[in-house]
Amino acid sequence: MATTAPSTPAAAHGAGDRPAPARADHRRLALALVLVVLALVAVTVASLAWGARQVDPGEVWRALVDPVAGNNDHSVVRNERVPRTLIGLVAGLALGASGALMQGVTRNPIADPGLLGVNAGASLAVLVAIAGLGISTTSGYVWFAFLGAAVAAVVVYGAAQVGWEGATPVKLALVGAAFTATATSVTTVILLTDRRALNEYRFWQVGSLSNRPLDVLVTLLPFVGVGLLLALASGRVLNALALGDDVARGLGQDVARGRALVVLAVVLLCGSAVSLVGPIAFVGLVVPHLARAVVGPDYRAIVLLSALLGPVLLLVADVVGRVVARPGEIEAGLVVAVVGAPVLVYLVRRSRTVAA
Amino acid sequence: MTLTTDKTADATTEHASAETIHALAAGLEGERHEPVRLAAHGLHLAYDKRTVVHGVDLEVPPGAVTVIVGANGCGKSTLLRGLGRILKPAGGHVELDGRDIARQRPRDVARLLGLLPQQPLAPEGITVADLVARGRHPHQGAFRRHGAGDAEAVAQALALTDTHELAGRRVEELSGGQRQRVWVAMMLAQDPRIMLLDEPTTYLDIAHQVDVLDLLTELNRTRGTTVVMVLHELALAARYADHLVVMHEGRLFRAGPPAEVLDADCVREAFGLEARVVPDPVTGSPLVVPVGRHQRRA
Amino acid sequence: MTAVDTAPPTAAPDDAAARLAAARSGLRVDRRRRRVRTSVVTSVLAVVAVALVVTALMLGDFPLAFRQVVDVLTGGGDDIARLVVVEFRGPRLVLAVLVGVALGVSGALFQSVLANPLASPDIIGVSQGASAAAVAALLLGGLTGLALSASALAGGLAVGLFLYAVAWRGGLAGHRFVLSGIGVAYACASVIGYVLTRSDVQEAQAALLWMTGSVAQADWPLVRLLGSTLAVLLPLVALVARPLQVLLLGDQQARALGLRPELVRAVVLGLGIALACAATAAAGPVAFVAFTAAPVARRLVGDGGLALVPSALVGLVLVLGADVVAQHVLPADMGVPVGVVTGAIGGPYLIWLMATLRARPA
Repeated sequence: MATTAPSTPAAAHGAGDRPAPARADHRRLALALVLVVLALVAVTVASLAWGARQVDPGEVWRALVDPVAGNNDHSVVRNERVPRTLIGLVAGLALGASGALMQGVTRNPIADPGLLGVNAGASLAVLVAIAGLGISTTSGYVWFAFLGAAVAAVVVYGAAQVGWEGATPVKLALVGAAFTATATSVTTVILLTDRRALNEYRFWQVGSLSNRPLDVLVTLLPFVGVGLLLALASGRVLNALALGDDVARGLGQDVARGRALVVLAVVLLCGSAVSLVGPIAFVGLVVPHLARAVVGPDYRAIVLLSALLGPVLLLVADVVGRVVARPGEIEAGLVVAVVGAPVLVYLVRRSRTVAA
Repeated sequence: MTLTTDKTADATTEHASAETIHALAAGLEGERHEPVRLAAHGLHLAYDKRTVVHGVDLEVPPGAVTVIVGANGCGKSTLLRGLGRILKPAGGHVELDGRDIARQRPRDVARLLGLLPQQPLAPEGITVADLVARGRHPHQGAFRRHGAGDAEAVAQALALTDTHELAGRRVEELSGGQRQRVWVAMMLAQDPRIMLLDEPTTYLDIAHQVDVLDLLTELNRTRGTTVVMVLHELALAARYADHLVVMHEGRLFRAGPPAEVLDADCVREAFGLEARVVPDPVTGSPLVVPVGRHQRRA
Repeated sequence: MTAVDTAPPTAAPDDAAARLAAARSGLRVDRRRRRVRTSVVTSVLAVVAVALVVTALMLGDFPLAFRQVVDVLTGGGDDIARLVVVEFRGPRLVLAVLVGVALGVSGALFQSVLANPLASPDIIGVSQGASAAAVAALLLGGLTGLALSASALAGGLAVGLFLYAVAWRGGLAGHRFVLSGIGVAYACASVIGYVLTRSDVQEAQAALLWMTGSVAQADWPLVRLLGSTLAVLLPLVALVARPLQVLLLGDQQARALGLRPELVRAVVLGLGIALACAATAAAGPVAFVAFTAAPVARRLVGDGGLALVPSALVGLVLVLGADVVAQHVLPADMGVPVGVVTGAIGGPYLIWLMATLRARPA
């Protein structure tokens, strides 16, 4: 079975439609990976070098390898740019991978990582922390966000699972949207009645990479790591699920278990991301489309490429947000959609699928 | 028609006798049709930029049964979709009743020409009666409701296809064979002069395959309906076709009466298959008997 | 009726007649059953709607008796009761009704034509476009009242036009429309987030209130505007209902039956957008109504049809019921807008529906 499942999506594409041998696909994937890694290095450098404060590139380098205490430039680079770059890398990776997983498991190209209700659950929990418990530091929010995300995913997946036919893609999507609406309603009530909470929440809610302490990243790293391992292992499962539940079963895939595994990975990744940077779902929506356009329908490749493209998009957005509004900055969560939406529209326009 | 006596094996469904079908078909609304001409001239068909049908000229004999055969991927379904103006030509044109089909009003075309795709899509929860009634669409105006004439056409379509017991059932609850007959019924309700069918016998057991083909033949004989269908089963194709069209690699390979068209050379070239062609013991039409890789010693 | 072959050949015409009779009666039975179910569902919903209307008119700071409300509605009643019903409670009630109907129908159109249960104006950017324009108008331009509604309308329609321009390539493909719409929705959400974080928190709260959707600001001019818009749009919806039903069979089959699928889809989406924009301009994007109304209505009717009238009624009941709850069940000083309650009621209901589903989702 290990050999049949991966080869089937290409076969399902229709005889003669895609005669390219697997080797060409591999070369394409390898080329794409090299390019994306180069892009990733480039945006990482840009993220360290550019910002509201003009710092000479040589000075940036010295700040990294040989910092001088008391040097303002060095302290900006080390205490602000390095953390936000690292956080952008990790959060982007988590969002990109979880977006690919989400679209695969719901078989719906309009799914994003927030669709399971993860973002709405995290947002509500953070708001409860702000309004009910008076917590007002980012590291204080983290565990609430994570807990909210996990509870949301369990409720959504559980409700979709209990009824007829288990957690079918359509039901997952509908229940996720319903949960999001419910949680958003509660969130709105709190915001409308508690102005102080609104004042803090609105800044958390747009999603940003700045002022996130590094220790938060360290605590979340194990979750992201496990999530990423699960995600990379899910590619084969998603390839089988892409052919429909019946065919997947025929290929020996335990459909319910496979889906639960993927959902677990989404919770770990997306929950970590939303805890780190706030609810930035758009990265997870657009990046898998980009990956699919490059490497075709094999989910093993899509997940991998999405995980690498996620940080590229997120860091580009962050750098753009820093550069365009000097001396202030615009949060990455706001820039991401403005940068990403044209990409998505372009991809959609050139896509050839005729069916509705 | 002689085969009707062999069909007692299937005890679960009731088969109409030839006489019943004849009586029903003859009683269908409207008298014998004036045959309508359908022709393709230099027809090129493409999906995006990949051309599948290369310059086909085809005159569909009016009032006859035409069957299109060919190997998988030879463009026979695509040709049918082109004839039924589901696909816009990349070159050339299709003429219906002497005029370019693309320039006629879709509703007018739909009254003359019906098409049953290979895997039609039924909305979830729809009943058989409702689905078949949607075939009446081209006969209804924007403001005219479903009338008595429509109901009668639907009833006759159900009776003819042996689905009259299924009227209130949901389409998704039916077996594959029942579903296929319901779709044929929908096209009968549409009541076109030319019927295009893409593998109308898929999912059907041998008895129901013969039933559907008999039914189409009966409509052709009693009402003059022109039938054009894609079939895979060469024995049935040769038996039911008045005019056999063999496609090969997107081009029209041979066309004519089955007895003249279908021989061992033709099968070898169009299908890449060694075969003997012998007379059908029942009708005398050509019967293709494949020579498999493991049976050559004979 | 089993062994036809044993019957003598002369029985054939009789058999044909028997089959035809069976087919006719089968059709009649099926038709009656579907009609009965649809009309039962429709009448129950209508009764609930009327009950809600009367309840909404009875409750309030100046409670009216059932008798008084009925008197006013039938053209009688004393002056005070008439004042309360017509001037105080009437506009808000009628606005809730119109918004519910518009959103319910709009959602039904979107979901059937795009063949995606997630496709609703809340998700493909129309609501967000309207919200972004309205929030900008409110916070940057200081507009209120009808000017605010006009900005929202302009924003929603602009998104709609943009989506047409992007998704049209020799016909309107549904998936292009949906995906581009989601992209636009996120971009608009960014604009909203930007404006909200750059403004005074008190103003941000006012904007949030608008974005939640509320019918509290209703007055007769606004209601008349929305009412006349719907009076134009809804008959057009009735006109496209039949082609749309054929379109549900898929593009190929629809074309074979004499339709131009792209054209029908374009017209239907245009109507759906117009309805959603009109409702949003009047009351803000009332959450979740367009999304829930159609799936619930279809599940109640369950015949695979469009269920436009039941969808409209479900939308109406949802908005009106939510507004009654918001006004009279929750503490009055909270001033909870209707959009909060539609989400809080609609969301769990849909989850419950999915969890207790015994057959395929309709």
